[in-house]
Amino acid sequence: MSNSIINWFKYASPASFYPLAGRMIPWFSWLAVVLIASGVWLGLFVAPTDAQQSEGYRIIFVHVPASWMSMFIYCVMAFWSALGLAFNTRLSGMMTAALAPTGAMFAFLSLWTGALWGKPMWGTWWVWDARLTSQLILFFLYLGFIALQSAIDDPRRADRAGALLALVGVVNIPVIYFSVQWWNTLHQGASVSLTKAPSMAHVMLEGMLVMALGFWSYAIAVALTRVRCIILEREITSEWIKRNAVE
Amino acid sequence: MNGFVMALRRDMVLALRHKSEWLTALFFFVIVTNLLPLGVGPEASLLRKIAPGVLWIGALLSTLLGLPRLFAPDHADGTLEQMALSPIPLPWLVAGKIVAHWLVCGLPVVLMAPLLGLQFDLPVRSLGLLVVSLMLGTPLLSAIGALGAALTLGLRGGGALLSLLILPLYIPALIFGAGAVEADLAGISAQGHLSLLGAILVVSVFFSPWVTSMALRIALE
Repeated sequence: MSNSIINWFKYASPASFYPLAGRMIPWFSWLAVVLIASGVWLGLFVAPTDAQQSEGYRIIFVHVPASWMSMFIYCVMAFWSALGLAFNTRLSGMMTAALAPTGAMFAFLSLWTGALWGKPMWGTWWVWDARLTSQLILFFLYLGFIALQSAIDDPRRADRAGALLALVGVVNIPVIYFSVQWWNTLHQGASVSLTKAPSMAHVMLEGMLVMALGFWSYAIAVALTRVRCIILEREITSEWIKRNAVE
Repeated sequence: MNGFVMALRRDMVLALRHKSEWLTALFFFVIVTNLLPLGVGPEASLLRKIAPGVLWIGALLSTLLGLPRLFAPDHADGTLEQMALSPIPLPWLVAGKIVAHWLVCGLPVVLMAPLLGLQFDLPVRSLGLLVVSLMLGTPLLSAIGALGAALTLGLRGGGALLSLLILPLYIPALIFGAGAVEADLAGISAQGHLSLLGAILVVSVFFSPWVTSMALRIALE
């Protein structure tokens, strides 16, 4: 490959990505700490009390960003899966595998905080609302992906089978979302809607965005740490690890 | 196309010589749906209300029961590798196997469903609709399930893993299939549900043999 064009695949090799990931982890970790701390401060102390929901609404500062992240991480996994199947890069599969537990954690967090919020607001831990149900199904999709990966011993097969499943899953997510939505509206009418009050105070939105960015940094830091472990596990016999990585 | 007919005929002959396999799936369907009234009580109005969902979930589970046998025996004796190596395109062979799976595991369920519907006190009009919705839905279950069977081929705990992978993907079929019958029971037109079910059927029958072949090649590597 000539020097004039960018080598897009330079960091596709675990050997060159491993140190890069190592350099990026502290940055994202500190960013996550600072952003989440300021998000918590904005959410708990600066944001005004909600007129209708009083103090209980403050859980949305965790709930909404966690829901965003759980959906976004599945899309990122599908992106890496497509890349892995198209270019046959080893690192893509490792990235997908590293992201899955974090995505599942966010999906669970979103369901859990949703239940905690639902109890005082709606008087029930769980309703068969379209969004709740599709979030639950997303959580099942994460669990299926993790179960499939851990059932296959050969890492190459695990990566490629997981990639196929993630892609099929991402195609299905809109279908599932709309089917659940129509199922719900057809059955019970709009029982409980998650739609917020028409106008949200500015500082609430800011707090939520700061928290989302914090969760984002956290997800990156954790996924990079996990991908480093996966690289070490899989490449333990290779020369470059013996030379550089094991200090 | 030849490969499609060949795989279909082969799997049908094999299935007809091992009658116990598909009869087990059918009896499973009958028993599971018959257990439900024993669990929730014999009140006719309640049973009529839950009948579409119960019959659909029964169909879903009994389809799932036959899925591990879709590729596993052929994988064990090496036939599957020969299929993958043969000049006939693998998706055609897979399509034949999927149709055979539907004829063996899906169709008997569709034909048995009206009888079970009678047990749940469904009106005759809804029974017809139940058959139509299952007729559209069960091939869809076979098509999506084939992908799961291919992905879990030869794995530890394949059967349980298969259900974990596939059941979330069955949800749209369940919603529209059972929804069609429920809408009819409530006096609303079921056409919207059936159209959507048909649309999902067309898309998944078109893509499934292709994606399943990819999964099989990954498993055979």
